[in-house]
Amino acid sequence: MIYENVVCPFCGCLCDDLIITVEDGQITNTKNTCAISKSKFVNHHQYMLKPSINKKEVPVEKAIEKAAEILKNADAPLIYGLSSTECEAQRYAIHLAEILGATIDQTASVCHGPTILGTQDAGCVKCTLGEVKNRADLIVYWGCNPAEAHMRHFRRYSVYPEGLFRKDKKERTIVVVDVRKTASARIANTFVKIEPGADFEIISLMRAYLKGRDVPLTDEFKTLLETMKTCEFGIIFFGLGLTMSKGKHLNVDAALRLVRDLNDYTKFSITPMRGHYNVTGAGSTMAWVTGYPFAVNFSQGYPVSNPGEFSAVDVLARKECDAALIIASDPVSNFPADSWKHLADIPTIVMDPKVSLTSKVAKVCIPVATAGIEAEGTAYRMDGIPLRLKKVLDTPRLSDAEVLSQLIEKVMA
Amino acid sequence: MSLVIKNGTVYDPQNNVNGEKMDIFIANGKIVEESAAKNAKEIDASKLIVMPGGVEIHTHIAGSKVNIARIMRPEDHRKDVVKKTQFKRSGTGYTVPTTFTIGYRYAEMGYTTVWEAAAPPLGARHSHEELIDIPVVDKGIFTLMGSNYFILKYTEEGDFEKLKNFVAWLLDATKGYAVKIVNPGGVESWKWGKNVNSLDDAVQNFNVTPREILKNLAKAADELKLPHSIHIHCNNLGSPGNYEITKETIEMLNPYRRHITHIQFNSYGGEDWTNFSSGGAEIAKTLNNNEKVTCDVGQVIFGDATTMTADGPWQHTLFKLSGNKWANSDVEMETGAGIVPYKFKKKNVVNAIQWTIGLEVLLLTKDPYKVFLTTDHPNAGPFYFYPQVIELLMSKKKRDEMLEKVHALAKERSALESVDREYTLSDIVVVTRAGTAKALGQTDKGHLGVGADADVSIYEFDEETIEKSFKKAKYTIKDGNIVVKDGEIVMDYMGRTYVLDLKADLSEEEKEIFSKYYTVQFSNYAVEDAYLPKKEVVPCT
Repeated sequence: MIYENVVCPFCGCLCDDLIITVEDGQITNTKNTCAISKSKFVNHHQYMLKPSINKKEVPVEKAIEKAAEILKNADAPLIYGLSSTECEAQRYAIHLAEILGATIDQTASVCHGPTILGTQDAGCVKCTLGEVKNRADLIVYWGCNPAEAHMRHFRRYSVYPEGLFRKDKKERTIVVVDVRKTASARIANTFVKIEPGADFEIISLMRAYLKGRDVPLTDEFKTLLETMKTCEFGIIFFGLGLTMSKGKHLNVDAALRLVRDLNDYTKFSITPMRGHYNVTGAGSTMAWVTGYPFAVNFSQGYPVSNPGEFSAVDVLARKECDAALIIASDPVSNFPADSWKHLADIPTIVMDPKVSLTSKVAKVCIPVATAGIEAEGTAYRMDGIPLRLKKVLDTPRLSDAEVLSQLIEKVMA
Repeated sequence: MSLVIKNGTVYDPQNNVNGEKMDIFIANGKIVEESAAKNAKEIDASKLIVMPGGVEIHTHIAGSKVNIARIMRPEDHRKDVVKKTQFKRSGTGYTVPTTFTIGYRYAEMGYTTVWEAAAPPLGARHSHEELIDIPVVDKGIFTLMGSNYFILKYTEEGDFEKLKNFVAWLLDATKGYAVKIVNPGGVESWKWGKNVNSLDDAVQNFNVTPREILKNLAKAADELKLPHSIHIHCNNLGSPGNYEITKETIEMLNPYRRHITHIQFNSYGGEDWTNFSSGGAEIAKTLNNNEKVTCDVGQVIFGDATTMTADGPWQHTLFKLSGNKWANSDVEMETGAGIVPYKFKKKNVVNAIQWTIGLEVLLLTKDPYKVFLTTDHPNAGPFYFYPQVIELLMSKKKRDEMLEKVHALAKERSALESVDREYTLSDIVVVTRAGTAKALGQTDKGHLGVGADADVSIYEFDEETIEKSFKKAKYTIKDGNIVVKDGEIVMDYMGRTYVLDLKADLSEEEKEIFSKYYTVQFSNYAVEDAYLPKKEVVPCT
């Protein structure tokens, strides 16, 4: 069986032109996939998680039952993850958090959370990726490395594709700004090296220089600024080089404001390179249900958001939660030690298709179908375009949405 | 289940019932004859007024730009929180409420049908996904087309049949109900940082004018027999002197049906901000002199607003004027959007004049079936302030009191003070229910005749406290179910989503263009039925 136009459930590019071959219930071949995506599809059957309680394998119904009991008995549970599952599951997870009076947070918290904070301060001048393909004559990648992290970004959206008004790479100028010459820098017309931690300072100087102030901006960045000011349609794509280096949301805020300013001269946009394939969806669903895209607490019976107070890393580090439900995420692999260690100390429930470091410390493990391979649903691309995930394999495992809807029923019973 | 609303004072102007004591019978979700309502549960309405459920013709409640506004405005939500109850999900307001809260607040105010007025086609799936989380009310979306690549292309090539086919296809693909046009051509020009400023300006890179785009889409909507006319946000919105382009747009679109939305924002006199004045009287005259034209006003409510529109260039202007934060969101091949928080202040001369204009248009347009009450939520203010506007329409005294509180120049530069008309309750029903339903082609809504949907709102009315009377319905009945009692949601209910019965295919050539210049596959574009858990298909006849 060959499935066409499959949406890739890996990164924020959300490529939707994949061709997946399935034979005898196994994915045997893929086309139009990047190396990471191919690996995700063809190795799909490996490292499957087994349902367990206290490391002992149990029927999945028992595991779900136990999870509901833990959540119901907890005073201050934490729900975390969401970015690698589909929107319906996210909506159920938010509903569950509301019923429990829980804290709910998603992985943007440790990724593009500062982008959200910057947007809350300055707004954000953005466009869809097709606008870039069709119109951009200047593409600036700042603090991101798509050649290794968003592997088809160049080909589908920015550098190489034929667009309405830009026919190929020759009609586009590519600039990479980073602390080192990355793989992405190799395809750029210009690589601009920036000192680690200097982003806020340099972008602020660029803004001041643009406004005619006499400031000590280096020639390299003066040239870059002139290129930005005189292009017809420019875009900055930025990654964790801005959001997770010194300055965090201040870096992003400065970049967002620079782009605002540039629109006095030309058309300019800025778009974050979101990581997990549906992290944009996680922010979307949380925003339309609660008003806030991350770090939300329901203990008052209504949603309150405060990053730093209700963000998962902080709640865990302060040992403020007494149970945790981790959905489609692996915080033990990337949280600070003080935070993940608390996950090992409290009853933690993991919902995941695969074995993860978090599943190793969890009290209850609930294996689920992989969204986008074994379950349908919605995902939002890094630019906010929603696409329908496809199901290419049958599985006896329940989807995230099904497990969460069962948990809701059980905790309300 | 059967219901009888006993002894209410009924306002159903479409059926010439204007404040008569009578009983309304309901069975199986419809208004029925007495004989068909067996064993009916009784609602004693002897001290209450009874009218059809509210029909909202223009609001921004779901989809990409609304959600960007929610994400961008945490400060908006903190001051307005909604606790969960046995029947209600929790949420937040204020100008950009969460989805569940939107459904509850409309229903609690007596509204039962609500239309999201601007869905970007590529984001239509998102709009529908949010509609699933808007409970109680019936709903649907209008699809943005005024700067769509294919519309521009076929207008340029003079190929009307292809354009019409594309309109039908796009409405079906997006599961939209009406053709929405925002600043025709200007949104495409904005993709290069430009705009159009008259009906005859050429769109950037296309040999096409706003006039041609409007005429083609108006003709297509009429020939396709769409239930609602084209829904137009005119060019030059927000600019002094723009009443002229609005007037010209209305006149040049004869003999086609057309709806001009939030006309207050397009009824300005003067040449610049220093001599800014009301063009409301002129616009009312134009409405009085033309047929097949309707409008909604976009009445200004003093206080916080969040402006959001596909009119990207105007939003950039408003960002520069206000200095507030600014989001822009351009969508490939189709449209764009901008979002800027805004505050309407009584003592700001422009804001005070803007406030008079919506009222002027409502009061000076003779036929209430031509002009409807909206605040273009949340652009001119949140929808749940409609009761405040109803009070102003019904009471000259209240208007005069407010005119004393706002900037003094409002009296000089607007005709409002000289207008004595006071709306009757039947007029109110027309501008919030009967008229909107008729303009939308919703024959089952907006009235209480036999066969109508059993969507009813019942209020405790006191003419001394009109605003309070309409703030919370005593009862809201949706499809024959009591969903609101004493102003509170008492039932978890899901309304339907309306879509059109249109079938059209794109040619291979069109699909080829699509696969080249969009970044999603053609086969992944159309909204699937999974996003329409309770859809109702409306025929185009």
